[in-house]
Amino acid sequence: MAVKDYLRQRFFPHMWCPGCGHGTILNSLIRAIEGLELKPHEIVMTSGIGCSARISGYVNVHSLHTMHGRALACATGVKLSRPHLKVLVPMGDGDALAIGGNHFIHAARRNIDLTAIVMNNRIYGMTGGQFSPLSGVGIKATTAPFTTIDNSFDVVELAKAAGASFVARSTAFHVKECKDILKKAIEHKGFSVVEILSQCPTHYGRKNKEGDAASMLEFQKKMTAKIGSKALQENPNLIARGIFVDLDKAEYCTEYEKIIDSVMKEKV
Amino acid sequence: MNNTIKFVQGNEACVEGALYAGIDFFAGYPITPSTEIMELLAARLPERGGKFIQMEDEIASMCAIIGASLTGRKAMTATSGPGFSLKQEAIGYACMTEIPCVIANVQRGGPSTGNPTHVSQGDVNQARWGTHGDHSIIALTASNHQDVFEMTVDAFNLAETYRTPVILLFDEAEGHMREKLVVPAEGELEVVSRLRTSLGRDVDYHPYLPREDGRLPMSDFGGEHRFNVTGLFHDMWGFPSNNPKVIRELLRHIVDKIENNVHEITRYKEHYMEGAEYVMVSYGSSARSAIHLAKARRARGEKIGVLELQSIWPFPVEMVREKCAGAKAVLVVEMNLGQVAAQVKAAVTEPERVFLANRIDGKLITPEDIKIYIRVIQGRGV
Amino acid sequence: MAKQKLKEIVINRDWCKGCGICIHFCPTKVLELDAKEKSVVVRPEDCICCRMCELRCPDLAIEVITDQDEGENNE
Repeated sequence: MAVKDYLRQRFFPHMWCPGCGHGTILNSLIRAIEGLELKPHEIVMTSGIGCSARISGYVNVHSLHTMHGRALACATGVKLSRPHLKVLVPMGDGDALAIGGNHFIHAARRNIDLTAIVMNNRIYGMTGGQFSPLSGVGIKATTAPFTTIDNSFDVVELAKAAGASFVARSTAFHVKECKDILKKAIEHKGFSVVEILSQCPTHYGRKNKEGDAASMLEFQKKMTAKIGSKALQENPNLIARGIFVDLDKAEYCTEYEKIIDSVMKEKV
Repeated sequence: MNNTIKFVQGNEACVEGALYAGIDFFAGYPITPSTEIMELLAARLPERGGKFIQMEDEIASMCAIIGASLTGRKAMTATSGPGFSLKQEAIGYACMTEIPCVIANVQRGGPSTGNPTHVSQGDVNQARWGTHGDHSIIALTASNHQDVFEMTVDAFNLAETYRTPVILLFDEAEGHMREKLVVPAEGELEVVSRLRTSLGRDVDYHPYLPREDGRLPMSDFGGEHRFNVTGLFHDMWGFPSNNPKVIRELLRHIVDKIENNVHEITRYKEHYMEGAEYVMVSYGSSARSAIHLAKARRARGEKIGVLELQSIWPFPVEMVREKCAGAKAVLVVEMNLGQVAAQVKAAVTEPERVFLANRIDGKLITPEDIKIYIRVIQGRGV
Repeated sequence: MAKQKLKEIVINRDWCKGCGICIHFCPTKVLELDAKEKSVVVRPEDCICCRMCELRCPDLAIEVITDQDEGENNE
C-alpha cells in the first residue's frame, strides 16, 4: 500500500500552521505504519483534544477523537475489548501529561499494549500559546508573561518509573530515526511511549524568539544527542534520543485472557 | 432453564440484571455505596469471557466503557455521587457520539463527599443536566429488587435502541437492602441486541445517518468499516463540521430521538390509584414508604394511591398530568429538596395542589413522615 | 544498490504552506520558495535523492521519484 493511501486526502491541506512539527510526525507515523505493512482496518487511532489530536482525522484508519486528556482511557476500553487491534494513541504534551497525566501513568503501570505518542511542542497551541507541563522553567507563554517558574516533567523518566515496557525519544528533525523508533514502538507488545519533540513556530517559537520552523528544527538538532554518543558524554545537558527501555514484560490484555481461561476451566 | 430465587442486595440485583442483559464489559472505580456492583462483576464477567477492569479513576472508567461499547460490547459502569459528577464530561461525549452504555448511580447524600453511607435522591437533576450543552438523557429507577433487575435489563435495551447512555438512578437504601430476587429464565424478558449495519466492507457506511425510523445501525469499531468518531459536531460519516445545518440537525436528532419517544421510554407503576383523591408521586426507596402508607390507608377506606415513576428522564409529563388530574392533592415523596416535585408541578394543570413530602437528613423517609405531611395538607395539623 | 537517479520531485502546491523546512535543510539547495511562497524545484540536477525534504515536509506535500521507484510510487 502506498504511503499516501494511509491518508484521508480529502481533508488536505491539513489544519496545522505552516512549519508545525505535528505534520512531520504524521509523515513519520504513516511511513512507520507502511513499513510494518499494517492494514488500515487493523489500526485504531485514539486521540484527545488539541492540535495534536487532529492527527487521528487525517489517517485512514479507525479513528476515535475523544476528550481532552482521555485518549488513553478510551483506548484502554478499545484494546481490552479487541486485543487483536493495533491501538495508537497520539497526544499533545498538555493532553498526555497535564489533564491526562493520571491516565498516562496508569496505562504505563498496567503495561497494556498501546502505543502512546507524545507530540511535545511544549505549548498549548490550539488555545493560543499557554505553557504546558513540558514547557519547563524560563519560557514565555500567554499565561507566563514574566516567564515560567514551573518545572517540567521528563517524559522518559516518568514513563520508565510508571512501568512502560518501551520508552523512546526522537524529534521532528530526526525523521528517519523517528520512523524507525515508531515502528519498534508499534511492534512492541506492552505499553510503549515515544516522546517526539515537535515545534510550534506560531506560539512557542514567536514568543520565545526561536525563529521560524527551520531554526526551531536546528535547535532540536543542536540540543539533542543519541544515547551512548560522544556528544552526550561530553555534554550531559543535551537531551538524549533513542530507545531507553525495551522490555519483555507481562502485558495486561494477555494476562486478563489467562484469568478468563482459568476461571472458565474451573467452571467446567 | 428455570427461574432462580436469590436473597440479595439491590446492588447484586443490578448485577444479575446486567448479566441477563448480556453485559460483556465493565470498568469502574471503588465508591460507596455502589462498590458491590463492581466487586461482583469482577468475579462474574470472566466466567463468561467478559472483561472487567478497575480503572485509575471515575473519569477513566466512563471513558473505558465508551471505548468498549464502540467495539461492539455491552458495557456498563457504576458509581455514586462524587463519581457521577466526574463522569459527566464523558457522559456528554457518549450522548454526542451516540455510543450505547449504562451508568448505575447508587445515590448517596451530597453535595460533595456528603453522606456516603446514607440514602438520598439528590442526583435527579444531575442525571438530567450534569453534562454541559443541550442534550437528552434516559434515567430509570426502581423501588424493589425485582424492579432493579428489570430496570437494569431495560437500561441496556434502551441504550441499544436509542444509541445513548442510560442512567440507572438507584439509591443507598435500595443498593444495600437485602430482599428476594427471582432471576427469570432466559428468554422470559426481552433482551435487545445491538442493531448492526448489514453493509459489507468497502461499502460507504454512514455511522451517523439515521434510518427512517430514527435508528442508526452500528458497525463495530475496529471491524468492517472505518469511520471517525468525535465529540465535535459531525456529519454522517462522523467527521467534524461547523456547517450550521449539520450542527442544528445533529443536535435536534440527539434530543428528538429521545424526547419524541417519551411514551415508549416511560415506565411506571400504579398502586391503589383507583379513584385516588390523594396521589403520591414517588420513586426508588421513597416509593416503598409511600406504597406502605397507601396500603394501610386504603384498608381504612381512604382514597389514596401511589404513582410510582420508574423512568424519570425524559420526564413523563403527559402521563403524570393525566394520572394526577382530579386529585385533591398531589404529594411528591422523595429524599431531596423537590427535584421531581418541580417536574410534577410543571406537568400538572393545578400546580398549587402539588406538595413536597421529603426527608433530607440521610434517613429513609418513613410512612410516619409522609403521614404528617398529609395531615398538614388536609388542614388537620400534627 | 546502485546510486539513485532523480526522475522527478513532485510538489503538491495545494498542500504546501511554504514553511521553508525543505529549502533550509536541502543539502544541495535544489528547492526555493516562489513568489507565491510555495516550494519549487529549481536545481533538479543537483538532487542526491536523500528524500529528507519528503520525509520532513510537515504538509506531506513532497514526493521524490527516482529511477528505482517501481511502477507505482512506493514513496
